[in-house]
Amino acid sequence: MPIQTRVVDRPTTETSYVRATFQGLALTFKHLVDPHKVTVQYPEEKWDIGPRWRGTHRMLTTEDGKAKCVACGLCPTVCPANCIKLVPGVDEQGNRYPAVFDIDEFRCIFCGYCQEVCPEEAIHLGRHYENAEYDRKDFVYDLKRLTSQTHPVCELWDPADPKGE
Amino acid sequence: MTHAVSLLLQVADPQLPPSSEMFILFGLIKAGVAFGIYMLCVAYTTLLERRVAGWIQDRIGPNRVGPQGLLQPIADGVKNFMKEEALPGGANKALFVLAPALAFIPAMITWAVIPFASPLPIPGVGLVSMAVADLPVGFLFVLAISSLGVYGITIAGWSSNNKYALLGGLRASAQMISYEIAMGMSTVCVLLLAGNVNLNEIVAQQQGQTWNVVMLTLAFFIFAVAALAETNRVPFDLPESESELVAGYHAEYSSMRYSMFPLAEYANIITSSGLMVTLFFGGWDIPFTHWDNTAPWTAMKTLVTLGAYFAKVFFFVFSFIWIRWTVPRFRYDQLMSLGWKILLPMALVYITAVASLVLALDAAGLGRTSYGFRGAFLGMNVVFVVLVFWVLDRGRIVSPAFSRTERERLARMRLGATRSDLLTGKGA
Repeated sequence: MPIQTRVVDRPTTETSYVRATFQGLALTFKHLVDPHKVTVQYPEEKWDIGPRWRGTHRMLTTEDGKAKCVACGLCPTVCPANCIKLVPGVDEQGNRYPAVFDIDEFRCIFCGYCQEVCPEEAIHLGRHYENAEYDRKDFVYDLKRLTSQTHPVCELWDPADPKGE
Repeated sequence: MTHAVSLLLQVADPQLPPSSEMFILFGLIKAGVAFGIYMLCVAYTTLLERRVAGWIQDRIGPNRVGPQGLLQPIADGVKNFMKEEALPGGANKALFVLAPALAFIPAMITWAVIPFASPLPIPGVGLVSMAVADLPVGFLFVLAISSLGVYGITIAGWSSNNKYALLGGLRASAQMISYEIAMGMSTVCVLLLAGNVNLNEIVAQQQGQTWNVVMLTLAFFIFAVAALAETNRVPFDLPESESELVAGYHAEYSSMRYSMFPLAEYANIITSSGLMVTLFFGGWDIPFTHWDNTAPWTAMKTLVTLGAYFAKVFFFVFSFIWIRWTVPRFRYDQLMSLGWKILLPMALVYITAVASLVLALDAAGLGRTSYGFRGAFLGMNVVFVVLVFWVLDRGRIVSPAFSRTERERLARMRLGATRSDLLTGKGA
């Protein structure tokens, strides 16, 4: 017997097994008839996600359906994961627009810096979490896909209202 | 052919036993129907277990296959049939394949002698007894067959050629031997009151007197504990004990061969519940009325008593599940000492008390169904229940490990503990 064994005298006269078992049965029966309802039946029911949830991106568009992005290049610069690929182009009026705008959602760490830095409020993170795909390639979202997403977008943290009230 | 037709057409009194040809024919029909219903109940007990476990643990349980998960047992069955059957190298092939069947069959055979409703009169045939085989040796048959179930488990454990499986098998056999005795002893009291081993007679005795659970509460208590142990249910699931023996005796089994063991367990639960109901809860009797157990027999009475029997069995099946999700598993020494040092002596004392009381009351000339007879038993019952639940159940029924250590060794351990700086707090 190792020396560290502690021998504790239990108050055998005050303990019980049978009566304690019946108490336990009463407790489990209480849970059986009146359970704490914690399970969410997922595909049918969903939890509300927070207003500042940072999910996969969305590119907002102008009224004529073009991306608001002016290809200033701030988001690929600020992106810590280096997941935004931006190739700027210039149209006939001399306006800059993104010729290529790809976001690799696998590399993305969902920090939200791109949304914060964007001067045109074009790129946004989305309040969305169902992102399954059959192919790894499909996780690189191109401009077409980013503009066609419809889920709500993430609200930025406002220092004047830190709790979002 | 003409002989058979003439037999069918022959007008028989439906209140009298059928002819021997009809007896055999209806025996086969009863066996087929009872087997089908029994298997269905076993399958759905697995679902009940999972749903009740879910509810008790504030979960939901399987509810996706069919409405409220009602098709889950079928999905499970299909899955188990489709899976690969692994045969471990070094296993004894013949016994490895045979063991699941050996575990499953005795549970089903036991069911054959249990009466589940009042006899059914069929016009032109006669009065058909509502037990698959109404054996005169009924209860002895149950004792003989129910202890066979452990062979399946022990052989499964041994033939797997796996240390954990073997330990599980050993535990199962040790447990079965320990608790089979207490179980047999507890039922002696029932037999003393009934004066017969035929299960139908035992039911009739309870209909005339009172349910045995009122007369012999302690015997019921011992029987229920032993039944938990015999079916390897928590808190007696030491043969399986997933936390110490991986999965115990069925560690090496897969697919449908594995599935046979849980099915055997559930079959055993239903059979044990059926036995408890028959021996202690009046079988198919409906309490507070004699309408159901007096001739003339009708199909209506059969249906109603069948319903009563089902309700009672369901309650016990539910209790088995309920207990499983409430109490933790015993330590091995607690299991053994409960069986040999508590239940067996308790049963022996109880037999003596019951036998003496029956003898005394018979000598005093009190009839078996008289209020005096029942009152005397009720009085003795109160004494025994108080003794067991409020005097014995103070750390003695299931006690901590040190209570079985020798005094000298305990003193040495205490001395060591006081010397240890780590524990006295000086070392920290």
